[in-house]
Amino acid sequence: MTDKLAQPFQQPKTADAAERMVENVQGRSLWADARRRFIGNKAAMVSVVLLTLIVLFSIFGQSISEYDIETIDWDILGNVANAGQPSLSNGHFFGFDENGRDLYNRVVQGSRISLAVGVIGALVAVVVGTIYGATAGYLGGRVDSIMMRLVDIFMSIPYMFVLILLLVVAGRSITMIFVGIGLTAWLDMSRIVRGQTLSLKNREFVEAAVATGVPTWRIILRHIVPNLLGVVVVYATLLVPQMILTESFISFLGLGVQEPFTSWGALLSEGTKTMNYGMLWQLAFPLFFFVVTIFCFFFIGDGLRDALDPKDR
Amino acid sequence: MLNFIIRRIAVAIPTLIILLIASFWLMQTAPGGPFTSERPLPAQVLANIEAKYGLDQPVYKQLWDYVVGILTQFDFGPSYKYKDRSVNDIIAQGFPVTLTYGVISFLVAIIVGGALGISAAIRQNSWLDYFAVGVTIGAQVLPNFVMAPILILVFTLWLGWLPGGGWNGGQWQHIIMPVIALSTSYMASIARLMRSSMLEVLRSNFIRTARAKGLPERTIIWRHALKPSLLPVVSYLGPAFVGMVTGSFIIDAIFGTGGIGYFYVNAAFNRDYAVMMGLTILLGSMTILFNMVVDILYAWIDPKIRL
Amino acid sequence: MALLSIRDLNVNFQSMDGTVEAVKSISLDIEPGKCLGVVGESGSGKSQTFMAAMGLLAPNARTSGSVMLEGQEILGRSQNELNQIRGRDMSMIFQDPLTALTPHMKIGIQMEEMLNLHSNIRGAEAKKLCLDWMNRVHIPEARARLGQYPHELSGGMRQRVMIAMAMLNQPKLLIADEPTTALDVTVQAEILDLMHTLKTEENTAIALITHDMGVVARMCDDVQVMRHGQFVEGGTTDQIFSNPQEAYTQELLSAMPRIDGDDVRPDISPDAGTVLDVTDVEVTFDVKKPGGLIPRTLPLRAVRGVSFDLAEGETLGIVGESGCGKSTLARAVLQLIDPTQGSVAWLGRDLVGLSKSSLKPHRKDLQIVFQDPLASLDPRMTISASIEEPLKEFQPGLTRTQRLEVVADMMERVGLSANMINRYPHELSGGQNQRVGIARAMINKPRLIICDEAVSALDVSIQAQILTLLKDLQAEFGMSMLFISHDLSVVRSISNRIMVLYLGRVVEMASRDQIFDDPKHPYTMSLISAVPVPDPKVEASRQRIRLPGELPSPMDPGAMWRFLPSRKPEEGSVEMPGMTQVAPGHVVQEHDSIEDIHRLTPQA
Repeated sequence: MTDKLAQPFQQPKTADAAERMVENVQGRSLWADARRRFIGNKAAMVSVVLLTLIVLFSIFGQSISEYDIETIDWDILGNVANAGQPSLSNGHFFGFDENGRDLYNRVVQGSRISLAVGVIGALVAVVVGTIYGATAGYLGGRVDSIMMRLVDIFMSIPYMFVLILLLVVAGRSITMIFVGIGLTAWLDMSRIVRGQTLSLKNREFVEAAVATGVPTWRIILRHIVPNLLGVVVVYATLLVPQMILTESFISFLGLGVQEPFTSWGALLSEGTKTMNYGMLWQLAFPLFFFVVTIFCFFFIGDGLRDALDPKDR
Repeated sequence: MLNFIIRRIAVAIPTLIILLIASFWLMQTAPGGPFTSERPLPAQVLANIEAKYGLDQPVYKQLWDYVVGILTQFDFGPSYKYKDRSVNDIIAQGFPVTLTYGVISFLVAIIVGGALGISAAIRQNSWLDYFAVGVTIGAQVLPNFVMAPILILVFTLWLGWLPGGGWNGGQWQHIIMPVIALSTSYMASIARLMRSSMLEVLRSNFIRTARAKGLPERTIIWRHALKPSLLPVVSYLGPAFVGMVTGSFIIDAIFGTGGIGYFYVNAAFNRDYAVMMGLTILLGSMTILFNMVVDILYAWIDPKIRL
Repeated sequence: MALLSIRDLNVNFQSMDGTVEAVKSISLDIEPGKCLGVVGESGSGKSQTFMAAMGLLAPNARTSGSVMLEGQEILGRSQNELNQIRGRDMSMIFQDPLTALTPHMKIGIQMEEMLNLHSNIRGAEAKKLCLDWMNRVHIPEARARLGQYPHELSGGMRQRVMIAMAMLNQPKLLIADEPTTALDVTVQAEILDLMHTLKTEENTAIALITHDMGVVARMCDDVQVMRHGQFVEGGTTDQIFSNPQEAYTQELLSAMPRIDGDDVRPDISPDAGTVLDVTDVEVTFDVKKPGGLIPRTLPLRAVRGVSFDLAEGETLGIVGESGCGKSTLARAVLQLIDPTQGSVAWLGRDLVGLSKSSLKPHRKDLQIVFQDPLASLDPRMTISASIEEPLKEFQPGLTRTQRLEVVADMMERVGLSANMINRYPHELSGGQNQRVGIARAMINKPRLIICDEAVSALDVSIQAQILTLLKDLQAEFGMSMLFISHDLSVVRSISNRIMVLYLGRVVEMASRDQIFDDPKHPYTMSLISAVPVPDPKVEASRQRIRLPGELPSPMDPGAMWRFLPSRKPEEGSVEMPGMTQVAPGHVVQEHDSIEDIHRLTPQA
């Protein structure tokens, strides 16, 4: 915005519109600001790289191994503690599990399921919670208070019991886990989104749009949704590790995925049972992927929150 | 205040009813009855058994009898799996264990977490603050089912200081690791909440007024800042309680403490619906009750709510 | 010897973006029993100067220079040593009384704390002293108030509690940081009166930090003007007002509109057609009634039967104190809130009850400018996108280039450089954002603009520029305006006619000169007499008109009869005082004389 730039605009009627556009000063949008802040956040950027590697590992990991998740090596079985250790030479990178199966492939497969449950569960929660919360917040009044009272009631029911009950009653399957976890996790989301919508709805720029006659759906799309997006993105990122934790919890108890499929929780549970017998690698490998992933999601979520919702704005 | 309490109770009752109906309905829709095991029983035998447990009655009658049994005699009915034990027996056996380490864990989480959060906020940017922040970040990735095996690995297998499991009538050596495993992540969350809310309160206008009055820092923190900064922590107590109740499943599974979680998970494997439902309703009502207490506590701290 | 003497005070803040110099080499003196006004706009460092004196700066602040209280250096003392002085020798009250008291502690306890700490007075004696001071600051039912929580008191009441608390130990110096800025004008007048009494009776020195030259003229013996952290000019109040030396001081004095100014606003020609005709509009909200087992809602009648009309090109000012329903009325006119009753006829067509789609063509002509410039713009849109939005709705045929052409023209018209077209609101100042808001409202050349406190959040000099802009735009485009404000001087400077609202009712409506030269209703009179005039000579000779009691709650059914106690009906009556015409174009609500009101109002 130097004086030199400002000069041509002293005679606006003669200046051509296209010409004006060229000389405009570019503004910094909130998104651009956020991107700059996020990239400046070292912990978050390292987490992004690590997480990308883990995702690639879970998708393509199987292709560099000659084994699969269910074939049992009968030679090893019964002597896993001595003969089943990790080895690069025989291609069993992570060694064997207690049943003589290749642990590397099982970790790859478990990572895939845990990550999928995390992401899909969070997605279900975000979609349901956002729609529910935004509806309650935007409509307001009696509808809002009934909808939120219902959420209050659901929230004070211990969801883990319901989830376990559901898994026992409806039978254990991956779909059921997706649905069950997603459906119990949307409550928080809906509260947050509702609060945001409520405050956005009363902001004067929305009122200005109403006063201009902008139709309701366009207000929602143009003004409400973009301003909600930041919160939703941050919360969704923090929801993924929560979903992974929930799934791991259930699988740890043996109520989650079923053999031969596995997940981090199930692998951790098996590793815990055998650590007394010197088969620590069975705990160490899944634990490593589990901890690193959760760490990464938390740092990314924190980084996004700092970037998108800085207090000093 | 009394009005508030009564109104809060009025909200708790429908919640309980929903919980009751939902779990009862889930039981009813379960594929096959509890007695359709691998070996199909003769029709006559099945009918006899169902008559004994009242399963031949209409659903609403079953539900009614069940509720009346709980309310009048605290009777959760018989177990479907173990002919000689009632759900009450199971509660009597497991509940004291869970209660013992649960209460200790809860207190540890609140006291240690609260103290850590407050001191970190007061000494912002000191080594204590960095330590607290480090602990809270670390503890986020150490849920109880990760914490517990690590504890056993270190203190039982490597150092040999503590027994790796069992309850043994609640000897202190058997309580330490379950309490640490169960409380750490909640302790960390409480510390984090406490720190950030205390920092925020210390920046508020009424603290500026208190400083302008010449009050010593100690008085400012304990008399003016503590109560309002407790609000987010208090509202976290409800979720923390739920988390600890479910976390006790893991504790019982890993440490073999024999608490209520052990029976619940076993019942889930055995499709022993009567036990599952009884325990769900017991723990569920405790949660609902606890949430109510928390809300009342909240109102006690914040005079604006008390209307 | 001066009581407080500041020499070469510097305050710096270390932040991530480098060092911010908030106060640069400021020196000042306050004599016992005198009031020093420290005047400046936002960012002038006037508050930080005294926060430094109190030792209340943020931890990242660095200070240098000297602050002497009774000859003792207090800058750089430890917090413990300062705690001996704060609250005993000098006290401070702040701008926002709503958040300045600890929410969970009873008023009485917060006050007694002061006595326990500094004077070692406890128990019954402390209670008695607190009660004493509560009465001295004119808090009704003082004894009961001591047992209440802050949120149970109004803003004005809380500021009085703050003053009472600050005065408990009879400090030698009272620092008041914008003590009346957040308050209504009549409440402001009472707080200022109170401080004046303290000064004369207790010989307390007062440092009054303010942006309002009128407050200075009413209260202060000496004045110091600050800008950008630097000293501009100082002297006695008479010197500064009658003979300001610095251009900035002159600008501050001339920028502030005066209720006794000699500027003229011509009447609108009687031939001008009526564009807006509002008849008997009522707006009722449901509010939750606290307490009780089953929460109940009560009707809050925010606007109760308001009628007025507006001619082409005319500006109608709407004034009233907080809670009088002025903003609700504006939204009801625009159909942003559905009126419960009455009609809003725009160009002869009633808008009430129209569907969204049949309302839409009218929206092009009806626009609004809001109070908070930043909140009224979508933070995720460039300012041109915000200005463009109404164009997209009403001239969908335009190409993007054409639209940007129109936007750029409008931006230049409201005084924004067109190369700011891609900027975001958070990159602009408050004044610039308000220009964007005005550009958005003007882009379709509307025939009515409602300004809802449109200049209230701005500094005095920016405020003057925006007012000039609005007047110029009106002269150019000929739109009508409804100008809503709590600030009588601002309303006077822009309006042709003025309407005074009190608890959702019109109490007086007349041309601007009739209202200010010849007010009839006691409420109007008290409002006008409460407004400080930036001229110490005028202030000294003005007579304040006081009304008994506090501004009642809008929920109180008897509140309407505060000015007509002689005819107050029985409880439960829905009757309301009527309107009478006292002169052509001058209508007044029925009322008793001020003497009668005082005589007939029961004393609390």
